[in-house]
Amino acid sequence: MQSDNNTIHPFHVDPSGFYGDFGGAFIPEMLFNNVEELRKCYLEIIESPAFQKEYHNLLRDFVGRPTPLYEATNLSKRYGARIFLKREDLNHTGAHKINNTIGQVILAKKLGKHRIIAETGAGQHGVATATVCALMQLECIVYMGSVDIERQAPNVARMRMLGAKVVPATSGSQTLKDATNEAIRDWINNPDDTHYIIGSVVGPHPYPDMVARLQAIISEEIKSQLFAKTGNENPDFVIACVGGGSNAAGAFYHFLDQPNVKLIGAEAAGEGIYSGKTAASLVVGKTGIIHGSMTSLMQTPDGQIIEPHSISAGLDYPGVGPLHAHLYHTKRASYLSISDQEAMDAAFELAGLEGIIPALESAHALAVLKKMKWKKSDIVVINLSGRGDKDLAAYMKNLETK
Amino acid sequence: MNRIDLLLKEANNKVVNIYLTAGYPTFESIVPIIQLLEQNGATMIEVGIPFSDPLADGPVIQHSSKIALENGMTTELLFHQLKEVRKISQIPLVLMGYLNPVIQFGVENFLKNASECEVDGLILPDLPPEIFEKDYQHLFEKYNIYPIFLVTPQTSEERLHKLDSLSKGFVYAVSSSSTTGKNTGFTDEHLQYFKRLASAGLKNPLMIGFGISTHQSLQTVFDFASGAIIGSAFIKSLDQKKTDFGIPAFMNQIINDK
Repeated sequence: MQSDNNTIHPFHVDPSGFYGDFGGAFIPEMLFNNVEELRKCYLEIIESPAFQKEYHNLLRDFVGRPTPLYEATNLSKRYGARIFLKREDLNHTGAHKINNTIGQVILAKKLGKHRIIAETGAGQHGVATATVCALMQLECIVYMGSVDIERQAPNVARMRMLGAKVVPATSGSQTLKDATNEAIRDWINNPDDTHYIIGSVVGPHPYPDMVARLQAIISEEIKSQLFAKTGNENPDFVIACVGGGSNAAGAFYHFLDQPNVKLIGAEAAGEGIYSGKTAASLVVGKTGIIHGSMTSLMQTPDGQIIEPHSISAGLDYPGVGPLHAHLYHTKRASYLSISDQEAMDAAFELAGLEGIIPALESAHALAVLKKMKWKKSDIVVINLSGRGDKDLAAYMKNLETK
Repeated sequence: MNRIDLLLKEANNKVVNIYLTAGYPTFESIVPIIQLLEQNGATMIEVGIPFSDPLADGPVIQHSSKIALENGMTTELLFHQLKEVRKISQIPLVLMGYLNPVIQFGVENFLKNASECEVDGLILPDLPPEIFEKDYQHLFEKYNIYPIFLVTPQTSEERLHKLDSLSKGFVYAVSSSSTTGKNTGFTDEHLQYFKRLASAGLKNPLMIGFGISTHQSLQTVFDFASGAIIGSAFIKSLDQKKTDFGIPAFMNQIINDK
C-alpha cells in the first residue's frame, strides 16, 4: 500500500531516486555496487511477507511497540490546544532509531552481510545498531565524532557493553558529519561483506526512502491511536525535530498526502541562525551535495561544507534528508528554527509539567509550542523521538547556571 | 588536439601521472611543483581541488585538502594559478574534484574557466554517469574538456563499457576497492583484475591509480596499462623544508628505483 503509487505521489521518491530536485545517488564508483544492490532489492525485501512478519514481531516483542500516544493534559492546558505526545522515547534503547535498525539488520541478513557499520551523533543510532547486532549476532562497528564521544559518554558505554567497536572520527568538527564520512570510507574499503546502516533519511538513494519506510510505523500508529482517542485519524498538526530528519519523516509519512494535516519540522538554530553557530540546514543552507544526496546544506560560497553547531548532538548535522528539502521548497511542510536555549527550556517545561524528561533533540519539537498561536480545537501531535537520560549532563549544567 | 590524446598516442614510454592537491603544502606551490615534476619525469598532472569532505580519499589526501583550504585555496583562485602554470608548462592537466564545489561554481562556468586555462580533462568521482549524460555531456564537448570516469574491481563488464564509452582520453581504473592511499601491495587478485581490464577491448587507453607507492608497483601497472597515477605517496613525500620539496629524489626513486 505504500509503494504502488510512488509516481503519482508528489511527496514520495520517484523511480530515479529523487524527491523533486532533491535526492539521487551522487557516489563514487567504489560505492556503486553496494548502493545499486540495495536499490534493486530494498522494496522487494521490505514488502515481502517474511520480512514484514519478522520486522513486526521484533517491533512488538523486542522494541515494545506500539508506543503510546499520550494526551499531555497539563501541557494542553498551558498552550490551549489538545496536545498528544507520540512516545518514541519508550522504545527499547530510548528513541525511534531502533525502528530503522531492526529493519535494516533483517535486510542485511537477507543480503548475506555479516559485518555492520554505522555512524552516530547522539549515540542513539549507534546504540540501536549495537543492540540489533547483538540480537542477530553480527559484528558491529560504530563511527562517532570525538566531540560526541565526550558529550554522550553514557551511550558510548552502552555500545561497548553491547559488543560494538566504537571508532572515533577525528576529522573536521568531529561530530556526525565526520562520523558519516568515516563510515562511508569504511564501506568503500569493505565492499563485499559489509552493510552500512545509515541512521537517518540521508545519504544516497535508496537510503532516504528506505529509512523513511522503516520509520513510517510512527505515523501508521498515530493514525489508529488518534482515531481511537478523537474519532479522527488526522490531527491538525504534526511536529517533529529535524537533524537528518528520520523521526520527522516517520511521523509525517502517512500524512504527506493529507493536505489538511500541517507538518512542522523543528531545526536546530544552535546559538541563532545568523550566529555562525547553527545547524538549521534548510533555513540557512543552499542546494548542494552532501553524503551522496542533493539536498539543502550549510556551505561556503565555494561549496565547502560548514561545520554545524547544536547543543543536541543528534541534530548537529550540516545537511538534511532530501525529503525535507523537497517538503520545504514545495511548502508542504514548514520548518522553524529552535535555539539551544529554547530547546533547553522546553525540556525543563515538559519534565515539570508531565513528568517526562525528553532528549534534547525532541525538546526542539516541544519548543515549537511556544512559537505558534493555538486554537482550543487544535489537535497537535508532537513526536517525542527520544528520552533524555543521555542529556542529563547538559541539563544539570543548565540547572547550575540558573 | 587534446594534450591527453597527443601524449598517449606518441608515448612509447608509459605515462607517469602525479596527483597534487592545489594549495598544498603552500598556497602558491602549484607552479614550482608542476615545474619540478615535469623536469623529473612526470608526463601528466592531476590537480586535486580541495574539498572539506573528500569521501573517496584516505588520511593523506584528506589532510592535504584540509591544509589547502586553510591556506585559502578556492576554485576561483585555482583557475588564476592554472593560468600561471600554463605560462611555464604544456604538460597535460587533469582536474579532479568533488561535485559540490563544481556545482556551486556553476558547471558551465567551471568548464569555461578550465578551458581558458587549457585544462585537458576532468574527473568528478561523485558525478553519476546518468546525470552526466543528461545534463553535462554537451558542455564538456562544447569546452573540449575530456570527462574521465573511474572503474573499480566491482564494476561489471557492462558498466565498464558504458563508463569507457562516456570517457575521453583515458579510463581511470582504481586498483582496488578502497579509498586513496591504501598501500597493501598488489596480489594475484589485483593482477587478474588488471589482466581483465587490459583485455576488455576498451576504446580508451587505461590508466591505473590508487595504491601505487613504489617503483615495483609502478612497473606492475605499466605491464597492463598505458600509465599510472600516483597520489598519496607523492603528497606524503612533499617536504616543505627543501627548496625542491624533495621531488627529484621521490621521482628518481619511483621511476628509476634509485
